[in-house]
Amino acid sequence: MGLAGRHALAVFLLLASPALLAQSRYNLQPPATGIAAQIYDMHTLMLLICLFIFVIVFGVMFWAVVHHRKSKGAIAAHFHENTAVEIAWTVIPVLILLGMAWPATKTVLEMKDTRDPDITIKATGYQWKWGYDYLQGEGQGIRFVSNLSTSREQIDGKTAKGEHYLVEVDNPVVVPVGKKIRVLTTAADVIHAWWLPAFGVKQDAIPGFIRDAWFRADKEGIYRGNCAELCGKDHGFMPIEVHVVSQEAYGKWVAEQQAAMAAAASAGAREWTLAELVEHGAKVYAANCVACHQADGKGLPPAFPPLDGSKVVLGEVAGQIAVVLNGRPGTPMAAFGALLSEADIAAVITYTRNSWSNKTGEAVQPAQIAAAKGK
Amino acid sequence: MAAVMSDHAHGDHHGPTGLMRWITTTNHKDIGTMYLVFSFIMFLSGGVMALTIRAELFQPGLQVVQPEFFNQLTTMHGLVMVFGAIMPAFVGFANWQIPLMIGASDMAFARMNNWSFWLLPPAAILLIGSFFVPGGATAAGWTLYAPLSVQMGMGMDLAIFAIHIMGVSSIMGAINIVVTILNMRAPGMTMMKMPLFCWTWLITAYLLIAVMPVLAGAVTMVLTDRHFGTSFFSAAGGGDPVMYQHIFWFFGHPEVYIMILPAFGIISQIIPTFARKPLFGYASMVYATASIAILSFSVWAHHMFTTGMPAAGQLFFMYATMLIAVPTGVKVFNWVATMWRGSMSFETPMLWAVGFIFVFTMGGFTGLICAIAPIDIQVQDTYYVVAHFHYVLVAGSLFALFAGAYYWLPKWTGHMPDERIGKLHFWCSIVFFNITFFPMHFLGLAGMPRRIPDYALQFADFNMLASIGAFGFGLSQLIFLVAVVKCVRGGEKAAARAWEGAEGLEWTVPSPAPHHTFEEAPVVR
Repeated sequence: MGLAGRHALAVFLLLASPALLAQSRYNLQPPATGIAAQIYDMHTLMLLICLFIFVIVFGVMFWAVVHHRKSKGAIAAHFHENTAVEIAWTVIPVLILLGMAWPATKTVLEMKDTRDPDITIKATGYQWKWGYDYLQGEGQGIRFVSNLSTSREQIDGKTAKGEHYLVEVDNPVVVPVGKKIRVLTTAADVIHAWWLPAFGVKQDAIPGFIRDAWFRADKEGIYRGNCAELCGKDHGFMPIEVHVVSQEAYGKWVAEQQAAMAAAASAGAREWTLAELVEHGAKVYAANCVACHQADGKGLPPAFPPLDGSKVVLGEVAGQIAVVLNGRPGTPMAAFGALLSEADIAAVITYTRNSWSNKTGEAVQPAQIAAAKGK
Repeated sequence: MAAVMSDHAHGDHHGPTGLMRWITTTNHKDIGTMYLVFSFIMFLSGGVMALTIRAELFQPGLQVVQPEFFNQLTTMHGLVMVFGAIMPAFVGFANWQIPLMIGASDMAFARMNNWSFWLLPPAAILLIGSFFVPGGATAAGWTLYAPLSVQMGMGMDLAIFAIHIMGVSSIMGAINIVVTILNMRAPGMTMMKMPLFCWTWLITAYLLIAVMPVLAGAVTMVLTDRHFGTSFFSAAGGGDPVMYQHIFWFFGHPEVYIMILPAFGIISQIIPTFARKPLFGYASMVYATASIAILSFSVWAHHMFTTGMPAAGQLFFMYATMLIAVPTGVKVFNWVATMWRGSMSFETPMLWAVGFIFVFTMGGFTGLICAIAPIDIQVQDTYYVVAHFHYVLVAGSLFALFAGAYYWLPKWTGHMPDERIGKLHFWCSIVFFNITFFPMHFLGLAGMPRRIPDYALQFADFNMLASIGAFGFGLSQLIFLVAVVKCVRGGEKAAARAWEGAEGLEWTVPSPAPHHTFEEAPVVR
C-alpha cells in the first residue's frame, strides 16, 4: 500500500484542514448560506468515505499486482465462488449508502422549503441576459435587465482582461443580508439555469413554467455565478452577480431604483429629438442587440439576420415596432416589450433606422411605442 | 476439436473480391472488422473536434473558434463519440467474438447483420455533413434539449435522421445478438456456462431494444415541433420542455450502461486469463450485470435534479441512483478477488484491464457523489460532470475496448501485437488521460460551467493543463493505429491459444480464425 497510502494521507491531511481548503481552487466555493455550507460539508464527508474505500480496495489490488506475479513465482490459487463474501460486499456498501443518504435527505427537504420569504425576486432567462422583477417584500416593483458588462475587446484579446472577466454585469441583483430571498425562475425562449455557487442555488429557468429556490446570505459581499444550462450561442456570456448589502444600504438602493424608474416613466412622456434618440439608442443597442445583430448591423446569418439594409428596418415603422415588442417566436428574438422601457425601445428603433447604410432620418417617439402597446 | 477444424481447410472465401466482398459480405468476422474500422474512423473524427474544443479553451478569450461553432463542436463530439465510436466498436466486438465464444458458425441473421452495418456510413455522412449546411451542425448539446433544438438550423434535421438510422442499426444488431446467443450456443453450453462477455452483451442487447425506440420518439417529436406545428415541448402550445428531458434520459441512462456493460464483459474475460485463475464470482457477476440493467430504468431523473422536481422525486431518484453503486461495487470486488493470489503477468491487455479498473472506479466514485442530490445541484452542468463521464466513458468504455482489441488481435490477425508499442500506448494514454480530466474535477467544483467557449480568469491554469493533456492523449491514440497496422502486417505468429491462461472456445480455433468456424458445433462439457 506504500505509495498509494502516502498519497492518500497527503490528500487526507489537506481535506482535514477545512480552512486551508476553503481558500483553495480545488474545492467548492466558500459557502455564503447555510444550505451551501451543508452541501460543502456533505461533499467533504462523501469524498473522505470514497477515499477510504478507494485506498482499501486499491491497496488490496496493488498488493496483488506487486506480490502475486508469475515472474515472482506466484502459483495461482483456485478458489472461487464464496457466498458469504458476496453477501458481505453487498450488504456493507448498502449500510454505507444509508449513512450517506441520511444527511442528504435532510438537506433536500430544507432546500425545497421556499415558504415565507422576506423578498421574492423573479429571474427570467433571455438569450442571453437575465431580467429581474422584485415581486414581493421591500423593493417590490423594481425591475431591470442584467447584461454582461465585460467589453468585447477583452473577449477578443484586444485589451487586457479585467479581474472579473465574464462574471460582471451592468445591473447586479441587490439583496439585504440575513433575509430569506425566494427566487422564481422562468425563461422567455429556451431553458437557462440560475446558478450561484456560493449560495448552493442552481435552478433551471424553463420557458412557460415557474420554478423556485431560496437563499439566505450570511455575509455581505459580491457573489458571482453563471447560466448553467446550454442556451445557445452566448451561453457562456450571461453571468449572474448578486450584491448582498446591509439593511440600510438596501433601503437606499431601493429608493434610488424607484427614483430612476419614475424618471424613466417621465422620459417616456416627453418628445425626444432625433439626435437624443440615436445617442440613447446606441447604448440600448450595445446592451441588448449587439450579441446577435452585431455592432456593424450585419448579423450572423442565417440564424441572426442583418439589420443593415433589412426590409423590416427600412419598411413601415409599425412593422418594426411589432417585431421588437413581440419578438419572433421560435427564434432567439425576444419580446422586448416586456423588457425595456418605451423610451428605450423608441430610441433603439430610431438608432437602427439611422445607422450603417440605413438613413431614413425618421425619429420614433416613445408615445408611438406606447400606442402600439395599447393595441 | 482440432479434428473438426482440420476439415475446414476449404474454409476460405469464395464470394466476390475487392470492394464488393465488403459490401456484400454476410460473414460475422468481415462485418465485425468493418464495425471496428468504422468506429476507429469516427473516434478520430470526434477526437479532432475534441482537440479543437481544447485548443479554444487553452486560454481565456476567444482565439480559435467563435461561440456558435464551439457549440457545434461540443454537440457533435458527443454524438460522434457515443453513436459513432463507442457503440459500433462494441457491436464489432460482439460480431467477431460472440459466435466464436459460443461455438456458433455465424450470427443468426447474417444478411440483416450486413444491413445493420451498412446503415452506419450513410448516418455518419449525414451527421458529419451537417457541418457544411447553412447554419452548420446542431449546437444544442448532444442531449438535444428542446426548445433549443427547435431553434436550430437544418443541421438539426440531419442529426435527427442520422440518429434514426443509427437507432435502426442498433436495434437490428441487438436483435441479432439476442437470437444468436439464445439459439445458437454449442451443445452443452448452458446459459450459466457462457463467457461473461456474451452475458453482458445479451443484457446490453435487451437494453438497446428497450431504449433506442424511446430516443427515436424523442427526436421525432422535436422534428414535428420544428416543422409540422406540433408543440410537444412548447409551453405556449400546451407542451412541456421538461418532458423532452424525461424522455431523453429514459433512453439516456440505460444508454450509459449500454456503453459500459460490454466493457465489464471484456474485462471479465481478460482478468482471469492473465491472473491464471477463474473469475471469483461468475454467478454474482451475471446477477450484478442484470441488476445494473434493471436499475438503469429507474434512475433517469438524476440528470434533472435542477429542473425543479418535487422533493419526493429528488429523493426517489437519489436513492435509486445510489443503489447502483452496490452491483457496480460487486463487480470491482470480484475483479480484485480474481487477481488476489493469482499468478499474474502484465501483457498489454492486462495492463489496460488493470488501468481500466483503477481509473473507471474513480469515475464510479464521482458518480456516487453526483448521485447525492444537493451536491449534484452544485456540480450539475459543470466540468465536474464532464470529468465524471469521461472517467467512465474514456477510462471505462474506451480503455476496455483497447484491452479487448489487444487481447483478441492475435485471434483476428494471427500475429501477436507488439508488446513494446502496446505498452507505450497504454502508459501514454493513462498518464495523458489523467492530466486532461483530473483537473476538470477542480474546475467544476470551483464553478466552471460546461459547454462554454470562454471562462473567468480563475479557471485559466487548470484549463491550460487539461488542454496540454488532451493533445497528448489525442496523439497517443495514433500509437494504437501503428500497433494494429503492424500486427495485421506481421509479427510473432500467434498460437491457437494465444495467451497462456486463456480459456474459451475462441482459443480452440487456429489464429487467425479461418473465414468459417464451427460449421459443426463443438461440444462443451
